[in-house]
Amino acid sequence: MQTPPLINDTTDAATHWPRQIFDVLRGYDVSQVCYVPDGGHADLIRLSHGCDDMVTVSLTTEEEGIAMALGASIGGARSVILMQSSGVGNCINMLSLVQSCRMPILLLITMRGEWGEFNPWQVPMGSQVQAALEMMGLQVMRADTAPDVAPMVKAAARQVFEGGGAVAVLLSQRLIGAKDFNKEAAK
Amino acid sequence: MTVTDAGTHPLNRREVVRTLTADRQGTVFISSLGSPTYDLAAAGDSARNFYLWGAMGGAMSLGLGLALARRDVAVCVLAGDGEILMGMGSFATIAQQAPSNLAVVILDNGLYGETGEQRSHTASGTDLCRVARACGIENSITVRTLPELADLAQRLHADDPAGPLVARVLIAPGPERTCLPSRDGVWLARRLQQDLGVKGL
Repeated sequence: MQTPPLINDTTDAATHWPRQIFDVLRGYDVSQVCYVPDGGHADLIRLSHGCDDMVTVSLTTEEEGIAMALGASIGGARSVILMQSSGVGNCINMLSLVQSCRMPILLLITMRGEWGEFNPWQVPMGSQVQAALEMMGLQVMRADTAPDVAPMVKAAARQVFEGGGAVAVLLSQRLIGAKDFNKEAAK
Repeated sequence: MTVTDAGTHPLNRREVVRTLTADRQGTVFISSLGSPTYDLAAAGDSARNFYLWGAMGGAMSLGLGLALARRDVAVCVLAGDGEILMGMGSFATIAQQAPSNLAVVILDNGLYGETGEQRSHTASGTDLCRVARACGIENSITVRTLPELADLAQRLHADDPAGPLVARVLIAPGPERTCLPSRDGVWLARRLQQDLGVKGL
């Protein structure tokens, strides 16, 4: 049976947001970028690796990034953690640091398990990301469309780096585009 | 089954931590929850001590984040074998970033001392020094004797630390009296921040 084409937005505006996030992070002097790779963050990760003013850290598990963010903030550096929604579940106990140490923290999370998801294994965690983060004391914002992204990340960065807040921005799967498994298999 | 020598050595954990902190100069010490936190407190409180009371598995990452943010400050993570086992991937991340100002000292007694002295994996074959080296931290050593401990202390506070360094220190299994430092994470973090000259909000 043929799979119908995906309903992904591929206009120019829709593909510029990673660069806009990068510019916001640069504007806020973010100097540590920690990530577990995700396709939705690939452009931002590339930009970060190419930037001499950013230490870009590939993590073995997302929770490393949470503890690193506390170390960075104690040392006076601004950091961000990039992860996929599945990684939020890996962080739960480590996020105790948010309340125990009242640490500023900024998470940018690419969502799976929603818009056009092909892989049902992504759904259990993806559907609980917001609840899990709120349970651990973070404020959650959600960008559903490309024009939302830059202002939302900027607002979040301000709350974190000027307000000392703990904020996660969810980048919806609609924004990123559903992963095309058929295309990958055809390669 | 391979049996390592964890838990069979006479070094006393309190003496180890006292020796490592004695000539500390500006070194920041981060201790993992449980005995390492009590050991660090027993050696003497300092604004440059950060005691973890939770977040198990995060001690090395916390040290890495700080070491990368402040390359002018020596950072030493004091952690038990259980703590390290929970976050072994951090060896790989430390190797990838290779900050010369970061050291990890593992107080290895092969036991989960805080929860009833259950045997940890290091008592039955896992050699955390070899794990660290296999992850890419060339500078990984095992310390069994007082002279080796004295060498380690010197290396920790050297002007030009050739880190990252991982030292697995084999200690006697016995528990020590608890020595309880502040449990206020907000205060401990601000105190350290202030001592490092970092402005708060």
